[in-house]
Amino acid sequence: MNVSISINGDQVSREIEPRQLLVHFIRETPELTGTHWGCDTSNCGACVVLMDGKAVKSCTILAAMAEGHEIRTVESLEVDGRLDPVQQGFHEHHALQCGFCTPGMQMTARALLDENPNPTEEEIRIAISGGICRCTGYKNIVAAIRWAAEHEVTATQGV
Amino acid sequence: MKTPAPFEYERAASLDGAIATLQRLGPDARVIAGGHSLLPMMKLRLAQPKHLVDINDLDELSYIRRENGEIRIGALTRHVDLLRSNLLAEHFPVFRDAEEVIADPVVRNRGTIGGSLCQADAAEDLSAVCSAVKAKVVIRGANGERVVSMEDFHVGPYTTAVGDGELLTEIRIPIRPGGSSAHEKVERRAGDWAIAAASAAVWIEDGAIADVGIALSSVGLTTIHLTRAEELLRGKGPTRELFAEAGAIATEDCSPMPDGRGPVDYKRHLAGVLTTRALSRARARALNQEA
Repeated sequence: MNVSISINGDQVSREIEPRQLLVHFIRETPELTGTHWGCDTSNCGACVVLMDGKAVKSCTILAAMAEGHEIRTVESLEVDGRLDPVQQGFHEHHALQCGFCTPGMQMTARALLDENPNPTEEEIRIAISGGICRCTGYKNIVAAIRWAAEHEVTATQGV
Repeated sequence: MKTPAPFEYERAASLDGAIATLQRLGPDARVIAGGHSLLPMMKLRLAQPKHLVDINDLDELSYIRRENGEIRIGALTRHVDLLRSNLLAEHFPVFRDAEEVIADPVVRNRGTIGGSLCQADAAEDLSAVCSAVKAKVVIRGANGERVVSMEDFHVGPYTTAVGDGELLTEIRIPIRPGGSSAHEKVERRAGDWAIAAASAAVWIEDGAIADVGIALSSVGLTTIHLTRAEELLRGKGPTRELFAEAGAIATEDCSPMPDGRGPVDYKRHLAGVLTTRALSRARARALNQEA
């Protein structure tokens, strides 16, 4: 079947089997391998992307189900060389070691901050509870997301 | 790579269209909504439907509203919306209790109440919740609708009263005076299946239990409806001792299997403790005494 999905604002069309999962559709698109394919059981959260602004696990959605929806991946965060505050926060707080969970964590954080610009540490911990990180112990990830929240507020107030 | 076996995909554009498609395809077809139970089962070949009918575009099946003295929930309502509904929390706080501990927030963005109930997995929370609050479900087919109780809805493990060519469309919960509810769950880690969970609803009139509903998750092949404990409680004063007796019945009337989550005696003990706790919390809420 032919499936056409909007990914990071570009319409991507391909002939696929109906059983193809969204994570593979995304990763088989040139230059879009940032979305990671992890546990394949909707546990680890490495494959999280935004679908119409909501964080979803792309290993548990068929590509065909995403047609007509807006997908955002980690590649959309940096614009014209300028890092998203979430990415900058991960940099500032050393919120990754191996980096495997990072794309999912960052997209989950992006969705959280879009909905709740000033989350508490507890709200952050609940929001990222669908992601598994085996390196950081989460502490630096939480700090990074707080950093992003604080710097987004500053940026917004500055406008 | 875990990928489902091949199937044909069809996206429903209307409720009548979905039912017509399901009628045409018969037993080879499965409905897909959130897909967070069905797709993992298809990856493991525990389910191999030849056709999937995607109902995610049927926005008319996504709502939580009060109508005719009932809370009515559309089958396509997602976990996140159940969690955030003030209307639901006001009348049946058991839903918020359960939703806070169902999977994780990202999964809750996709999974639906209709999908959870139709999956009829004994480890699933909402089946116990709906049993406790004495919900009825609306099943629609080509010849119209029928309304069935949760007892009649659950036919067996992973099996419901929804027949070929039919679709679960709505969950209805009667609002009655003096009532409240609670859900208690113990899991090994965030987002895991329960080791055991208990849902309870009580309706208190003139200081006595006018009616009560209790159901357990994860401690048997199906959701366990504690009818014997309900009979014990009905008509009596809602005391701590009585709720402890109900808990003792729960330890006897469940039938857990030993597995990585714990041995049988532990799970039975847990079922009893959680039953007593859920009843106590439901009672405190009904009497506006929650700590």
